[in-house]
Amino acid sequence: MTPDQLPIRILLAKLGFDGHDRGLKVIARTLRDAGCEVVYLGLRQTTESVVIAAEQEDVAVIGISMHNAGHLTLGPMMVQAVAEAGLDIPVIIGGIVPAGDVSTLKAAGIFDVLGPGTPLETVVATVHAAASADPGSAG
Amino acid sequence: MSEGGVPDALLAEATAGSRRALGRLITIAESGGDAADALDGRLVGAPGPGWILGIVGAPGVGKSTLTGRLAADAAGDTPAERVPRVAVIAVDPSSPLTGGAILGDRIRMQGIGDRRDVFVRSMAHRGAAGGLAGAVPIAVRVLGAVGVEVVIVETVGVGQIELEIIHVADTVIAAMSAGWGDAIQASKAGLLEVADLLVVNKADRHGAGDAVRDLEQMLDAGQPATTDHGATWRPPVLTTVATSGTGVAELWAAATAHREWLTATGQLAPRRRERLRHEIGRRALDMLAREVDARVKTLDPTANDATPEQSARRVVRDVCAHGG
Repeated sequence: MTPDQLPIRILLAKLGFDGHDRGLKVIARTLRDAGCEVVYLGLRQTTESVVIAAEQEDVAVIGISMHNAGHLTLGPMMVQAVAEAGLDIPVIIGGIVPAGDVSTLKAAGIFDVLGPGTPLETVVATVHAAASADPGSAG
Repeated sequence: MSEGGVPDALLAEATAGSRRALGRLITIAESGGDAADALDGRLVGAPGPGWILGIVGAPGVGKSTLTGRLAADAAGDTPAERVPRVAVIAVDPSSPLTGGAILGDRIRMQGIGDRRDVFVRSMAHRGAAGGLAGAVPIAVRVLGAVGVEVVIVETVGVGQIELEIIHVADTVIAAMSAGWGDAIQASKAGLLEVADLLVVNKADRHGAGDAVRDLEQMLDAGQPATTDHGATWRPPVLTTVATSGTGVAELWAAATAHREWLTATGQLAPRRRERLRHEIGRRALDMLAREVDARVKTLDPTANDATPEQSARRVVRDVCAHGG
């Protein structure tokens, strides 16, 4: 198997008090069916627990699901925690994010924002783009 | 960098305590082929982990929760920010259709997921037979080489014959849950006869006592494992409620007693030697399987000049004559 054929490893999590994980489970299943290895952390994670898991699991992409209007606080915190750990792993946010906040999040270093109604093909394509944007990682 | 430069640099960083470097090394082990072999080559002569513990059992009996609890017990109060004393390798199945996987064992290990002194790695089995991933033996060697003392390997949820774990672990715990099977299940061959410890998890549920009784009766009917020195080991049957931690300290103590028995009876070294022999055989068979597959794909199965048996013999003759 050449490195190009290895599965993309992606970590999926929700941060803090946000119990809406149905969307994240759909994304996990979609990415599995697209050939990704999905490290599923689930609910009630912290930026620190996500960073520790991302290091241990050597993932190429981090996906954070947000439905509690915390994205403008937690999105940049997540990017900062990744950078402070010396990691070069793109962070994608999915969930409920008002259109006006997308540019703010991207300016803060979020790779992309995938809102409600995003076609699943777009989700997969975005993960592939994020994985190949990070030349240092396993994807 | 030279071929050996990348693993050497990563091994140095991981030995100094970098989780990122250790994570990357295990990715290299998982990638297989020449890169994994080059890494393995740097590990020849390095000490292995002091103890490799395996946890095996059907899906949903609580293996991951138990593994998380045992890892926390094993880690104790190690100071943070050094090489972890304990590592977990948790294997989940890959899709046979897409190769994708949902690695969901970490969510059962919340107590250790953000501890810096326990290293947890999820691994997809990537098609390997026997309930483990093919990369597990190299990953275990990597962990030992960077200073991890205890490695706990959790298999995919397995049934009765996926027993690759006995070729990796020093001590194998078979987990089942309350309400499991009956006396006839307990007497079937496979998992239960190779385990060093048996644990009935979810013991707060109805049927735990029956499961313990059936397992004890199964053990009564058989012969305990005997060494060359005449020492015997009868697998203890324990009960746990992994979600609350009840019985986990007793399970840990019983597993430790097995480790001490292995050492006292001089079995650890010969067992590890036999495991390496098994790994060499498995790798050789994998190589042969690839050669056979390549040839079988190109032949015409409906050609009526030979029976399937005769065609197979031709394939084997060709592999023996020209195989890589």
